[in-house]
Amino acid sequence: MINLIFGIFIIAGILFSIFNGTSYNISNEILKSASDTFDIIKGLFPLMALWLGIMNIAHKSGLLEKLSNILRPVLSFLFPDIPKGHKSLEYISSNMIMNMFGLGNAATPMGIKAMESMKELSNSDEASDSMITFLILNTTGFTIIPTTIISYRMLYHSTNPSAIIPICIISSFISLTIGIIINMIIRRIYRCGS
Amino acid sequence: MWILVLIIVIYGLYKGNNIYDDFIEGAKESFGVILNLFPTLLGMILSINILVGSGLLNYIFNFVKISLIPMEVIPLMLLRPISGSSSLALLSNILSIVGPDSFTGVLASTMMGSTDTTIYILTVYFGSVGIKKTRYALFNGLLADLFSFIISFIVVTLLYNCFF
Repeated sequence: MINLIFGIFIIAGILFSIFNGTSYNISNEILKSASDTFDIIKGLFPLMALWLGIMNIAHKSGLLEKLSNILRPVLSFLFPDIPKGHKSLEYISSNMIMNMFGLGNAATPMGIKAMESMKELSNSDEASDSMITFLILNTTGFTIIPTTIISYRMLYHSTNPSAIIPICIISSFISLTIGIIINMIIRRIYRCGS
Repeated sequence: MWILVLIIVIYGLYKGNNIYDDFIEGAKESFGVILNLFPTLLGMILSINILVGSGLLNYIFNFVKISLIPMEVIPLMLLRPISGSSSLALLSNILSIVGPDSFTGVLASTMMGSTDTTIYILTVYFGSVGIKKTRYALFNGLLADLFSFIISFIVVTLLYNCFF
């Protein structure tokens, strides 16, 4: 799937640029992708080291376990495949909480740790159902305070930049619920198909 | 954020752990993660740069016309799952044209706020731990995004007058 998308994006882009007369631009885009990636990594790496360090203290002291106990009813409903008390539940719950408070750069390392420990469970290079559920939780992006969007609204002189918060909360909460339902339906269809 | 760090450190000390050693051990793991992530991310950004840079998406936008929702948000809906930085630039552009407190401005902001860069998240999460077969993940993620956009539209339509 990923291989196909990778190929289609590149071929469609290059062919269109020839037809459109912008092929001179494509060479720049190709080279720029290397520095673009490095810019992302450059931003991500130190923050990831920082948060993995801090959260390892919380993990070792048992604080994350306490956190996942609070979320246990929700987690066991969403992730029936993960055995109770498994460490991936700790990481999933910390990822969820950090996402809610808009701490995106702290949520990502926790998400990766969650994926890592879920991979230990499934022990294959195929995405498990739990991994996909977790991915959907992240892509539907349930946020209480959308900081970036508020700052953009301020930039363009909104009379009340934070008025977006209640609308965003309602909308993203419903989206999250629908996302989980869709996930369950697709999972069932996929199981029947294979 | 500082409250979080304070609680974690106090709780760690209270449990009698070697918290500095724990910190170092955790931070060290970032090397492995980044090492796996870099090639995956590079591949994805290469293909997305080519696609976005070719202008193909802009060409498609000219043909997509849905009378129900404002024209301005259609490119945002298509770009949002693919590229975080491009969609943020687009949001900024929309807000500067229609104004942040207009119906379209609020709709665009809500759409941005209730979704995320699905393909980026998929690449980072699966790429960094070496998941190669993603099964129904991408389809599921994109479908959830589509529904998020529809829900944003319904919620903003219903609540716009209450808040603005």
